[in-house]
Amino acid sequence: MFQQMNIQQNFPEYNIPGKQHHDFSPYESNGGSIVAIAGKGYAIIAADTRLSSGYSIHTRKQKKTFKLTDTTVLGSTGCWCDTLSLTSLLAYRMQSYVHTHQKTMSTNAIAQLISVMMYNKRFFPYYVSNVLAGLDEEGNGVVYSYDPIGHCEKTTYRAGGTAGALLQPVLDNQIGYKNQNLAEKPEITKEKAISIATDTFISASERDIYTGDSVVICIITKDGIEEKTVQLRKD
Amino acid sequence: MSILAYNGGCVVAMRGKDCVAIATDHRFGVQAQTIDTDFEKVHQVAPKMFLGLVGLQTDILTVRERLAFRKKLYEIRENREMTPKVFSSMLSNFLYERRFGPYFIEPVIAGLDPKTSEPFICNMDLIGCPNVPDDFVVAGTCGEQLYGMCETLWKPDLEPDQLFEVISQSMINAFDRDAISGWGASVYIIEKDKITVKKLKTRMD
Repeated sequence: MFQQMNIQQNFPEYNIPGKQHHDFSPYESNGGSIVAIAGKGYAIIAADTRLSSGYSIHTRKQKKTFKLTDTTVLGSTGCWCDTLSLTSLLAYRMQSYVHTHQKTMSTNAIAQLISVMMYNKRFFPYYVSNVLAGLDEEGNGVVYSYDPIGHCEKTTYRAGGTAGALLQPVLDNQIGYKNQNLAEKPEITKEKAISIATDTFISASERDIYTGDSVVICIITKDGIEEKTVQLRKD
Repeated sequence: MSILAYNGGCVVAMRGKDCVAIATDHRFGVQAQTIDTDFEKVHQVAPKMFLGLVGLQTDILTVRERLAFRKKLYEIRENREMTPKVFSSMLSNFLYERRFGPYFIEPVIAGLDPKTSEPFICNMDLIGCPNVPDDFVVAGTCGEQLYGMCETLWKPDLEPDQLFEVISQSMINAFDRDAISGWGASVYIIEKDKITVKKLKTRMD
């Protein structure tokens, strides 16, 4: 087993009496959850607004969704400082793309760019759970989800963040119609998707202390991005 | 990995209108390797009371035997049937006796009071801290997933057939997102005058 060389432990004669040593931990979990659902002609992405660490709440009004273009929204939770460095670097890379190619980035191009940027930090990763929602070239919804080192998966629905484990089976059941043995699967309308996303957050805030306060739902259609806020439990 | 997740598996119990339901998966494994796909984790301990045990399989068997012994002793001494409430207190005390060298199990109790038919559900941690809510209890390696499912699907005063549907969907969709639970499920619906046992076919991977 790899033994870390610790000066205090391995070379006690170098210890200075009265001096306190503290280990530096570069990561923190600031909590938060994301739910994204894609359908015909729309994509929605919802994220709660609680920012916390341990048992304390930093703020109840932190939006975790980032509008990247008129058809693409990124939801990012985990270590908030990593979210901020990732999104500001992403904004720079997207602006540079505009100047190079004279057009805004498509959703799948952004999805690929995020994957590359995350993998660039393979051995000191951004500690974030990313979910990207948007419209593809045909105007239909797509969702891309990531692991912390940039593995990317294209899906139609995804739950991420601290309540990801609670919410994903609910989406499997309600959006993917898993284990329902239906002859035909009815299409999920935009209104249905919004109501399911809202309900999942109400459930998540009951059991996950890092999810709550309110949920911001971004509704992406060809007409633009609409934003809705629903209040959640504040305890 | 925690020793509580060594063998995998899960149990959930729910309250309905004058009825309770308890469900379990069928897997018994050793870490990622599946050994048995017909391993029952829910046991009938009285005509209208069921005990679900998840965690370390060897401790499941020991605790089950020792509880049966204590329960029989109580019923001989007192000459009356044990209520679920008394049974859970006994289990709580039994587990706390091993406070500093615990059995690695998480118990779930579901039943009706033999006299009043009042629904009762309860779960505990491995050292016997009891929790008696009026909605549902979960235990096992997919506890988080179960909380998410139950919290969205459960509502008060469900009839027995509705309760069966809710507990089955909660269970199956939760353990489909857990690699060490699943491989079929059993559901027990306990009503005043009957007990229904249903075996569910699920995906086996």
